[in-house]
Amino acid sequence: MLVCGGTGCHASKSDDILRNFQDLIRSKGLETEVQVIKTGCFGFCEKGPIVKMMPDNTFYTQVKPEDCAEILEEHVIKGRRVNRLLYQDPETKEYKSDSKHMGFYKKQIRIALRNCGFINPENIDEYIARDGYQALGKVLTELTPEATIEILKKSGLRGRGGGGFPTGLKWEITRAVKADQKYVVCNADEGDPGAFMDRSVLEGDPHTVLEAMAINGYCTGADKGVIYIRAEYPLAVERLKIAMKQAREYGLLGNDILGTGFNFDIEIRYGAGAFVCGEETALIHSMEGLRGEPTVKPPFPSESGFLGKPTNVNNVETYANIPAIILKGADWFASIGTAKSKGTKVFALAGKINNVGLIEVPMGITLREVIFEIGGGIKNDRKFKAVQTGGPSGGMLTEKDLDTPIDYDNLIAAGSMMGSGGMIVMDEDDCMVGMAKFYLEFTVEESCGKCSPCRIGNKRLFELLEKVTQGHAVMDDLDKLRNLSYVIKDTSLCGLGQTSPNPVLSSMDNFYHEYLEHVRDKKCRAGNCKSLMQYIINAENCIGCTLCARNCPVDAIAGERKQAHVIDQDKCIKCGACMEKCKFNAIFIK
Amino acid sequence: MEKIKSLADLKKMQDGLRAKIDLREKSNDPDKRIQVKVAMATCGIASGAKEVMEVFIEEFTKRNIDAVVTQTGCMGYCYAEPTVEITKPGNEPITFGYVDVKKASKIIDKYILNNELVDGIIPVNYETIDNK
Repeated sequence: MLVCGGTGCHASKSDDILRNFQDLIRSKGLETEVQVIKTGCFGFCEKGPIVKMMPDNTFYTQVKPEDCAEILEEHVIKGRRVNRLLYQDPETKEYKSDSKHMGFYKKQIRIALRNCGFINPENIDEYIARDGYQALGKVLTELTPEATIEILKKSGLRGRGGGGFPTGLKWEITRAVKADQKYVVCNADEGDPGAFMDRSVLEGDPHTVLEAMAINGYCTGADKGVIYIRAEYPLAVERLKIAMKQAREYGLLGNDILGTGFNFDIEIRYGAGAFVCGEETALIHSMEGLRGEPTVKPPFPSESGFLGKPTNVNNVETYANIPAIILKGADWFASIGTAKSKGTKVFALAGKINNVGLIEVPMGITLREVIFEIGGGIKNDRKFKAVQTGGPSGGMLTEKDLDTPIDYDNLIAAGSMMGSGGMIVMDEDDCMVGMAKFYLEFTVEESCGKCSPCRIGNKRLFELLEKVTQGHAVMDDLDKLRNLSYVIKDTSLCGLGQTSPNPVLSSMDNFYHEYLEHVRDKKCRAGNCKSLMQYIINAENCIGCTLCARNCPVDAIAGERKQAHVIDQDKCIKCGACMEKCKFNAIFIK
Repeated sequence: MEKIKSLADLKKMQDGLRAKIDLREKSNDPDKRIQVKVAMATCGIASGAKEVMEVFIEEFTKRNIDAVVTQTGCMGYCYAEPTVEITKPGNEPITFGYVDVKKASKIIDKYILNNELVDGIIPVNYETIDNK
């Protein structure tokens, strides 16, 4: 029995489920026949906690601790599936017992997530049984660093943190620099709102990252690795620590690894959750104990990075691909994906989508397939409006982009970017100006303040957006919004400021009419912008029960008993309490 | 804990550890392997299905046969228990009745390894939803 131990399922009591199963198994004396294993994330977080039964491959969803007895009694002992816990296809209403027949898994190819939801991340033996550390062994005994880098270059692997820089090339550059000490860094400072790809890899398969970092060390000439991880990921940190301890015990980290004379060890540094620290120069400063502020490149970290030494920084997901590429070959990896973007990409699906979760799909898949087939479409049968990729640095993609194959270059051409893989889906109830404002609010908070375009510019941009959503803006403000956006993009020091106006620009490109409505008609079609809505009492339906007036927190409702009431719009704070209380449907929003 | 001293040692260790996750590996694509389903409802268990299932599991491991053994509920042939359904990749499932420990070994020798049929085959008398 595989029980998901990812953060999502963990939060919905998967630990209790695990414990219940273990207790029940013990009480029934089945210890020798049934094994319960805690795994990493299955990806289908929407329907968590997940329990997967082997060997008949039954996929139970939304399991509660109190369901354990029934599963054990029915499934394990009597061999009957517990139908009510199976996944129900939302369209056909059929129960699917096998994950392979679920739309969510059909189009996925799992490379970076190959072990997530399959092995126990806290047990190195299971990783070794799945070819773990063999790529490291192969590289150390059979390949030169140059030949290994050549494999990576041929595979076409590009950085999965968002930039898309060819990984093999990066390693080659760091290797070429001469120095007495070099460092290898894993960037696990995942900061995009709604993104949890790297967290899931670290929680579900920490050894793959350790192994790939050691390979990186061998290729670039570094004997020290540092994982920079945000302190907000306690479970990932804990599993990494366990993994590092086990790897050291087996001699897979440390001195003379596998008897080859190669030394490599890893330490963990914690980030305090600053978005800008995902930028590699800021990350390195933070690791050195300095303020997390970026510096101008060049010099690139590959020349002068951590403590002034050549440093190779790669993202978690990039690392997770590497052992598979070494073992299966560059050609295998390059056969997946599009001409310039090879392999797969992990995305975190969030927002107004039915199957919220973690997916890994081949590059070149369309947004339509991701959102409607894997993601199961929009929640509550609402209409799709836009999808934000690339987080606060990305842009909004709309209906017209749905059939664009997803890869690094196509997304940029469409006005967004790959980013680290967050995908937030919006429906007709989302106000696009409000969304742009949401992301700007995030960047304003996360700007490190070092350069003025980002520090002051984004703040002004945010204020302009606030004006629009409050209905105070004039037409001139829309031009200002656009011009200021360009200035910030052109003059900011690092990637944060260079991309922060993207949500504004892309929403203006795609939804200019919504901006116009806010400014000219003082209307928000989605009904999100509170300042632009009015609660009105329909005098015909109102019987004067006074219930609304009694519940209004600011006494904005006046009227005699048994007479129609009226809302004073100047006093109203648009809390909606009156509408909620009214029993006669007499209050509506205009 | 013993350190792993070479790639060869690592590979040797992996061979030993594979069995640990073997069941999971196989379950990922059961349709590519020989599937053995043992009916384990009350009637089956009462007639010795558990011992039969153990024979299959043990023999497969001993002889290195790539197969998945699962239990199922009552197949409806209570008169012929224990019953075992065997699906070889690309073939229709065949259900054997009256499978005791001895017959289980015979089924492995004859049907699974040599494609020869064994007495006691129960004709399929129903359709499942999957086949429709």
